[in-house]
Amino acid sequence: MASKMLSFKVRVEVWLKEGLVDAEGKTVEEALNDLGYRVSSSRVGKVYEFVIKAGDEEEAKRLVNEMCTRLLANPVKDKFIYEVKKIGVQ
Amino acid sequence: MVIRILILRAPGTNCDEETARALREVGAEACIVHTNKLLSNEVDLFSYHGLVLPGGFSYGDRVRAGAIWASKLKSRLMEKLMEYALNGNPILGICNGFQALIELGVLPFTRRTDLNPKAALAPNISSKFEARWVYLKCHSNTCIFTRYIDVNEVPRMPVAHSEGRFILGEGLSGEELSKRGQVVFKYVKANGAPANSEYPFNPNGSMFDIAGICNEDGNVLGLMPHPERAVYDWQLPDYTSVRRYSGHADGWRIFKSMIEYIEEEIR
Repeated sequence: MASKMLSFKVRVEVWLKEGLVDAEGKTVEEALNDLGYRVSSSRVGKVYEFVIKAGDEEEAKRLVNEMCTRLLANPVKDKFIYEVKKIGVQ
Repeated sequence: MVIRILILRAPGTNCDEETARALREVGAEACIVHTNKLLSNEVDLFSYHGLVLPGGFSYGDRVRAGAIWASKLKSRLMEKLMEYALNGNPILGICNGFQALIELGVLPFTRRTDLNPKAALAPNISSKFEARWVYLKCHSNTCIFTRYIDVNEVPRMPVAHSEGRFILGEGLSGEELSKRGQVVFKYVKANGAPANSEYPFNPNGSMFDIAGICNEDGNVLGLMPHPERAVYDWQLPDYTSVRRYSGHADGWRIFKSMIEYIEEEIR
């Protein structure tokens, strides 16, 4: 394809699904309460940021979705959300 | 003829040596091979009768336990690995190795085209790293790794993990797995009664108390407990007080079964 590739800045968030124990979230919550803050419902997730090249935004989203199901998340236990933002033409 | 087993090492695996020793104890030639050597084709998987993915923290558990190890294998070795498994060669995944087989999509089902994971090993309900001896019950008569374990026995092995809670993906049921003989080990109480999710007998909150599962053909087994840490009777926690053992502990029987299967079916 001769069409030019675009660059997209991608941000992916991966969270454990509701109902699964989030040990890190619990630990953080306990520590914040130890410090005197009245914190509840704490969850800890992961954020991935990267730049990807794709023909258009639709393709970029399709690729990111694929990355999430193939590596960044295990859809059986994780949920994920992502955003892609065009940053330039190459 | 010598039975050769490949123990796959990755950055962060830490049970490779014990696993090799366990396999040597049952008469196999155990070779520890780095994942990169397999990926670069320097070592051919098919020159070994069996494959073991040992426990540890491969690739620092980055992204998720077993995820990077699985993606490395997926990227360059998947076809070969599938052929190897469908050929009937035994593949054993222990702890982190089990997590990798799940992430690879080789377990619970090897015979399918979609390789996205159909199960997961989620964080333990206790939210702790569980390092303790557990009691197990064997529920499968099709798995090739349990030839030496009777269904009426209660073998003991230690677990050591923080992500061992087995869950199945949508549309899949534990009953179905169980019916097909794929639920190999369940956590039980010391007297063999079902753990029924009760802690600490079920150490992680696994559905149906599942500790280990095999594929449809019974030649790929993944389990959270560490059989390589229960090879000799002197490894048992009550060895000094009981002293009624006869040389080997229960984990030995898994390796013994693997070797016997290779002797009879593979070579």
